[in-house]
Amino acid sequence: MTLPQADESAPAGGMLIVAERINASRRAIRGALEAMDAGAIQREATAQAAAGAHYIDVNAGTFPGREAELLCWLVDVVQAATPLPLCLDCPDPAALAAALPRVKAPRPIINSINLEDDRFDRVLPLVRDFGAKVVALAQGQGVPPTTADGKADLAARLVERLVAAGVPLDDIYVDPLVFPVGVDPRSALATIDAIGEIMHRFPGVHTICGLTNVSHGLPARALVNRTFLVAAMGRGMDAAIIDPTDAHLMAAMRAAQAVLGRDEYCMAFIEEFMAGRVAA
Amino acid sequence: MSDIIASLKDLVVRGKKNEAAVEVKRALDAGCDPGAIMKDGLVSAMSVVGQKYSSGEYFLPQMMIAARAMTTALEILKPHLAGPAAEQKKEKAVIGTVSGDFHDIGKNIVKMMLESAGYEVVDLGVDVSAESFVEAVRRESPRFVLMSALITLTMESMRRTVAALEEAGVRSNVKIGIGGAPVTHKFAAEIGADFYTEDAYGCVETCKRLAA
Repeated sequence: MTLPQADESAPAGGMLIVAERINASRRAIRGALEAMDAGAIQREATAQAAAGAHYIDVNAGTFPGREAELLCWLVDVVQAATPLPLCLDCPDPAALAAALPRVKAPRPIINSINLEDDRFDRVLPLVRDFGAKVVALAQGQGVPPTTADGKADLAARLVERLVAAGVPLDDIYVDPLVFPVGVDPRSALATIDAIGEIMHRFPGVHTICGLTNVSHGLPARALVNRTFLVAAMGRGMDAAIIDPTDAHLMAAMRAAQAVLGRDEYCMAFIEEFMAGRVAA
Repeated sequence: MSDIIASLKDLVVRGKKNEAAVEVKRALDAGCDPGAIMKDGLVSAMSVVGQKYSSGEYFLPQMMIAARAMTTALEILKPHLAGPAAEQKKEKAVIGTVSGDFHDIGKNIVKMMLESAGYEVVDLGVDVSAESFVEAVRRESPRFVLMSALITLTMESMRRTVAALEEAGVRSNVKIGIGGAPVTHKFAAEIGADFYTEDAYGCVETCKRLAA
């Protein structure tokens, strides 16, 4: 029996997993930030690293005026616990500029840039100066677009501006934004369609989503989140901002990798299963 | 007659738009008092829905679909609502998502629940500047100014809006309430707002208490 050769056109490598739990919008993290409880933050960091995270997202934003100080603190604290690279989740260019020089592991992700003039102009030099990858939000000055075409068009303008400024496609992670499907039944499909369109228009670019917004206001949120993840992966999404300690989510993602031809001979899936990390 | 109103209420609670439209016509044909249809059918239904949502029994889409059923029924009922009941002065609230912020789900839920509770709500939309809030307070003379923010950066817009209302000399005419995921009691006190509530139901209850 001859084994078929791996399809060269299949996306190489697996999903990029950005671990989302260290986010000030979560009550426990807000508390830890308020108390400057390094141990609580570090437990989150190591748990996510052990669960298979590639990047640790750090978000300090819920204390107005203290974003730079707390983001710097988070960077120091998380780096003391794990060697994984960081994803700096912050809309404020000044806070990013303060935190980036403290980052040790190469290639951090800046989360995020968008088409707002001031934000674009101030975040772009940080992307270049620190050799960072960047999350590019499909968002401009006004109300964010809700249709697939609107999202894809805005994303295309942003990608073109970034590329023109010298940022390699491979460093750009387009986030077409996810809105609650319980509020607008077409919103999740619009995001999924936009992912397909962006991946088609810019071969080599990446797409990423924070999933949890999709299930806002719904029951059984984790199930809705992982169903969305698999559907988005089906259209080419190759990165996600997720909770890697959610075993069902991770199992669905690994199975989807195999099903979508991104896991040669399902070897990664089998390895994860043998290691007891695939909850059927 | 009260059977028809009870059935209308039940249909709105369950979000049955088309059936509610039929039922409200049936109630009018049967000679039910339009004011009673409004109060015991529609307002009372949305109060039940608000409580169910607040307690976690109802999920967001169930509340939205109920509000849609109520709006549909109300459109049919409106032309029949006349006289003292309709002209009764309503408490007024001006609501908006603050400058730089485009999140409107929470703001819309609060609006929906306040309207269902009989308030007149002036919705300024999203990305509302401090100046627009000031202008609206001058124009509408509301009892309440309600602000929503979902990101840390735009919480600062709340502070600026309170300051702008102060500067314009209209601060003491209104009660200011704020809400949104990153917002806290502490922040409300810090910027000089009158109250913060964790959810929409809490906001309606607080407005009722302050208006009493």
